[in-house]
Amino acid sequence: MRIPCPLCGLRDRREFYYYGSDDYLHRPGEGAAPEAWDAYLHLRDNPAGVTRDLWYHETGCTSWLVVTRNTVTHEILGAELVAGEGQGKPAPKGRRKAS
Amino acid sequence: MRIPGKGLIDRTKALTFRFDGSEYSGHPGDTVASALMANGVKLVGRSFKYHRPRGVLTAGSEEPNALIEVLEDGQQTPNVRATVQEVYEGLAVQSQNRAPSLKFDLLAVNDLAAPFFGAGFYYKTFMWPRAFWERLYEPAIRRAAGLGRLSGRHDEATYEKAWAYCDLLVIGAGPTGLMAALTAARAGADVILADEGARMGGALLSDMGQIGGQGSADWAASVLTELASMPNVRLMTRTTVTGAYDDGTYGALERVGLHVAPKADLPRECFWRIVTKRAVLAAGALERPIAFQNNDRPGIMLASALRTYLNRYGVVPGQRIALFANNDSARTTARDLHAAGVRIAALIDSREGASTDEPFPVHAGAVVSDTAGRHGLTSVTVRQGSREFKVEADALGLSGGWNPTVHLTCHLNGRPVWDDAIAAFVPAENAVPGLIAAGSAKGTFSTAACLAEGAAAAAVAIEALGLKAPIADIPAAADENPATEALWHIPTKPGLWNRAWLDFANDVTTKDVKLSAQEGFRSVEHMKRYTTQGMAPDQGKNSNVAALALLADVTGRAIPETGTTTFRPPFTPVSIAAMGAGGRAAGFAPQRFLTSDQASRDRGAPMIEAGLWYRPSYFPKPGETTWKEACDREVNMVRSTVGVADVSTLGKIDIQGKDAARFLDLVYTNTFSTLPVGRTRYGLMLREDGMVLDDGTSARLAEDRFLMTTTTAAAGLVMRHLDFVQQAFCAGWDVRTISVTESWAQFAVAGPLARQLLSSYLGTEIDLPFMGVAPVRIGNVQGRLFRISFSGEEGYEIAVPTRYGEALFRDLLARAELLGGGPYGMEALNVLRIEKGFITHAEIHGRVTAFDIGMEKMVSGKKDCIGKGASQRPGLSGPEREQMVGLTPVGEGVLTSGAHLYAKGAEATRVNDQGYVTSVGWSPTLNRWLGLGFLKNGRARHGEVIRMVDGLRGHDVLCTVSDPVFHDKEGAKLRG
Amino acid sequence: MADLIAKSALAGHAPLTLAGVTLSEIALDPITSIAPFSGQDAAVAKALGLVLPAPNRFAEAKGARLVWTGRGQYFLIGSPTPKGLAGIAALTDQSDGWAALRLDGPGTEAALARIVPVDIRLAAFPEGAALRTAFNHMNAVLMRTGAQTVDILVFRSMARTAWHEVEAAMTALAARQRLT
Repeated sequence: MRIPCPLCGLRDRREFYYYGSDDYLHRPGEGAAPEAWDAYLHLRDNPAGVTRDLWYHETGCTSWLVVTRNTVTHEILGAELVAGEGQGKPAPKGRRKAS
Repeated sequence: MRIPGKGLIDRTKALTFRFDGSEYSGHPGDTVASALMANGVKLVGRSFKYHRPRGVLTAGSEEPNALIEVLEDGQQTPNVRATVQEVYEGLAVQSQNRAPSLKFDLLAVNDLAAPFFGAGFYYKTFMWPRAFWERLYEPAIRRAAGLGRLSGRHDEATYEKAWAYCDLLVIGAGPTGLMAALTAARAGADVILADEGARMGGALLSDMGQIGGQGSADWAASVLTELASMPNVRLMTRTTVTGAYDDGTYGALERVGLHVAPKADLPRECFWRIVTKRAVLAAGALERPIAFQNNDRPGIMLASALRTYLNRYGVVPGQRIALFANNDSARTTARDLHAAGVRIAALIDSREGASTDEPFPVHAGAVVSDTAGRHGLTSVTVRQGSREFKVEADALGLSGGWNPTVHLTCHLNGRPVWDDAIAAFVPAENAVPGLIAAGSAKGTFSTAACLAEGAAAAAVAIEALGLKAPIADIPAAADENPATEALWHIPTKPGLWNRAWLDFANDVTTKDVKLSAQEGFRSVEHMKRYTTQGMAPDQGKNSNVAALALLADVTGRAIPETGTTTFRPPFTPVSIAAMGAGGRAAGFAPQRFLTSDQASRDRGAPMIEAGLWYRPSYFPKPGETTWKEACDREVNMVRSTVGVADVSTLGKIDIQGKDAARFLDLVYTNTFSTLPVGRTRYGLMLREDGMVLDDGTSARLAEDRFLMTTTTAAAGLVMRHLDFVQQAFCAGWDVRTISVTESWAQFAVAGPLARQLLSSYLGTEIDLPFMGVAPVRIGNVQGRLFRISFSGEEGYEIAVPTRYGEALFRDLLARAELLGGGPYGMEALNVLRIEKGFITHAEIHGRVTAFDIGMEKMVSGKKDCIGKGASQRPGLSGPEREQMVGLTPVGEGVLTSGAHLYAKGAEATRVNDQGYVTSVGWSPTLNRWLGLGFLKNGRARHGEVIRMVDGLRGHDVLCTVSDPVFHDKEGAKLRG
Repeated sequence: MADLIAKSALAGHAPLTLAGVTLSEIALDPITSIAPFSGQDAAVAKALGLVLPAPNRFAEAKGARLVWTGRGQYFLIGSPTPKGLAGIAALTDQSDGWAALRLDGPGTEAALARIVPVDIRLAAFPEGAALRTAFNHMNAVLMRTGAQTVDILVFRSMARTAWHEVEAAMTALAARQRLT
């Protein structure tokens, strides 16, 4: 598996650490209910298809990336820096979420 | 026997090798199979289940019968194919799966018992009496099972692994691959041409035809000469591309040193990861045997193998050779043999309309229905129409058609496509992105067409890369077509012992496949597992298609409907040693050494692994015979004079910027923005799920600058966590972090005389408040001094740039010893901190909250922090939680970590489990065992006597529960 | 008191030549990490008198080498930091944190192919290129400083492992060459 780090270029999967879904980017605000935290930590979609994951370029530039890939075809559709513009905002509305 | 004037081997040199203890001679270029054949050896193995005598079946890596053990360097490599192992001077090999010998194998009795050993027999027998399974049946079956054996010794040979990058990977160097490589290379692409053979040329090495007016092998050699001269071409012989993986990555195994006697430092194998933009699969096709009664005798082999042994190795397995085929390629072999002066007993062609016009007997519309000759073929029985007759023959070549070598195209979950016209599976297009199949691998069998397809495939690939393909210059060659008519098996005659073999390696017969279908295992995946067809070292290369054709037949389906099983890498076996090259023993992970390492070893300190670091366990003094003596002395030393320990391994992170304080407030539970410059503070860090991630002290060096420390174990983890928090949640903040763990050598100096020792460097008395930090000058070096303590004594940590670490350590020890102190190691460090109730990752093991360790008040109510929200979930605090406590045995008794805690008098069962012990140590300070652990509602139970049970080590001890701080509860020594 | 003696990470390892490669420890000193604060890239470049290199590049001028080493991070090697950087970038001394190795010679790429998972052929990794990548299991900065020369930074504590792994690659290559 080769991941296209936006800074370093296409690199072997060995250089990266996999964290999980990009759901981790949408942190509940201060004072959020325990249910919100439970959902943030534990509830995930499990698509047979396109997913967005978080990968850390551990032995590279140490950037965190959001990688869009297809779990069925293994095609990697793209990778963006987590710390790109406008990150750190709450999740956009209409996001597909398991209840 | 050798045929004069034939073959590509070097007959001017002779080599001696041993097979089963007997000496034989061969030539450079021979394989063990070809050399044994030249020496008239027919019997090379015993089959897996029935222990039937077997000879060589093929001339390639798909060999199922001639599996040998190679003996080298006191080692034993099992299941090596005699058709691949090259002969070298002094090579020693032996046959497998027979006792006491190949000629006289006791387990051949299995063949007599064959009717009881059909597919799945072990599901139906060996069940009664029940007790016998474990005591008798299983050990007996285990001893009889398997093929080759290992030596039982560690493999200490050298292996390599390597990466290669190219524009075009050409897999296979036969006519197709050579043309593909040449076309791409001439266009300027970076090309890797890989072939599993010792010599490139593929089928051309066995072909007596002509290409471009030259002999086939000569043409191949001339192309290779041109390729070898081009700087953009890498030729990889003895390299099998074993797997196709995602994103243009291919695995390949190169046999580097297996064809010569072992040499120092020469790797045996190299596992390659090749990353390529495009690839051409030119892996050719493998011939199919035909299943008929007793088709497995020594002397029966593939017709193409006969051709290879004749034309490449100059050897034939017999003097009266018969051939049985459903196509024309075997006819070419017969002609080649005849032209070389070998007697052709008969060509038995199953096709009704086959030509009989040859200078040797041809029987058209005929099949072989039986054979004779247990230790070597003596005759074949031919059935033509209604008549049957015997033909005397000592070798038989089979050709049931050709299977394109599609495997790599199926490694990414693809399935091949059935082509009725050639009675074979061919690759599905685009099954592997960027991989184009060409030539026989695609079902094209004529040499002329292969050459053209190789050039065309390369042209497509390089045009996709933006290069211009050169004008195709395809030399003239034969345009033959095998004209195969499908023939899978000849029914056996009635009789329990009459069997026709499909999978030679696992001894699976046509009866087994029929039984499988009969018993309901009708899917090809079930048939495979039930019969074990296709699960042997050849992975079904010689039997898959015939077996599924039979399965299709008996279940009333067509072949495409029956389908194939899943193809998985590797194409041929890959040793784990090659995949893990360099990873044995200490090579498994980087080793991290302290600047004090040599000085510690000089003093005889045993070094222990702490993550990747090596740290001294204890420093034995003369007369001390156990670690405990040294440890007890070192603990007393720190508490009475002064001790020095290297603590450089703890993570250190430099954090700067106007938002640095704000950032620390986010990642720590407590507040750091209020920390004055020149002070350190103990901080607790949570994971987002509310569990403790790590703890450490962080110092404020300047308004906008902090130095965070982490535990040794979690340094990398914390760095990753900080990077995530910063990048995900702190967009636009001015905070920058970088690890400085490596930049500083840091030493703990602890004890009542610590201040005196350190003051001796400065010429004045140190005056640093508890938890203070200040720059300090040690001779010529600018360092830092921290007043922090993990021992509970007045303690400091002194840090200098790493290049001065060794010098400072030696100097510290010298000064300490003058004061009656000295170095202390990990054992003592651990006892000291247990005496003080300080935690390590033994306590904060990932399932522990701030509440559990009694630090809930450290979670500030005035700000958010990572983990705060989740830590407030129900169930993560309260009397039901296992809370940290101290434990002391009542009377004599040993505490062990990992032991579990129960109420006194309660039975030690899972239901009664109330907690567990995390850290223990003998305390010379308090003269008793101490333990730290977690106990349900522990903080409310100080003084209670509970029961500690270690089921594994057999301890059952009553303990008193207490505060975890055993020694100097008020911390007077720390703050003095 | 007497001065403390400094020691390099691989003190005592003499240069090693095998299979067309010479492996040696070199001194890349001082090393300062420079991480510009928000919006200060231009000011940092001005203070340094150097253009900030693009990702995977380094620049050399006036006896100093400025290497891109990650997101918003550069290493200034061989020259002390100019005064003008105070307040506009996070400056951290890294001089003691890294061990520096050099591979030089026609066998350099073959040796590195056994250790790094990236394409280190000259066309893909030309002079002036810097890569942050894995060195087996270690974190490394690779710099192509010549047609046949690559400088490597690894964590100082792992220097012995790094040396050993390059030496093992060279030894295997030399053994292969003796075979042909």
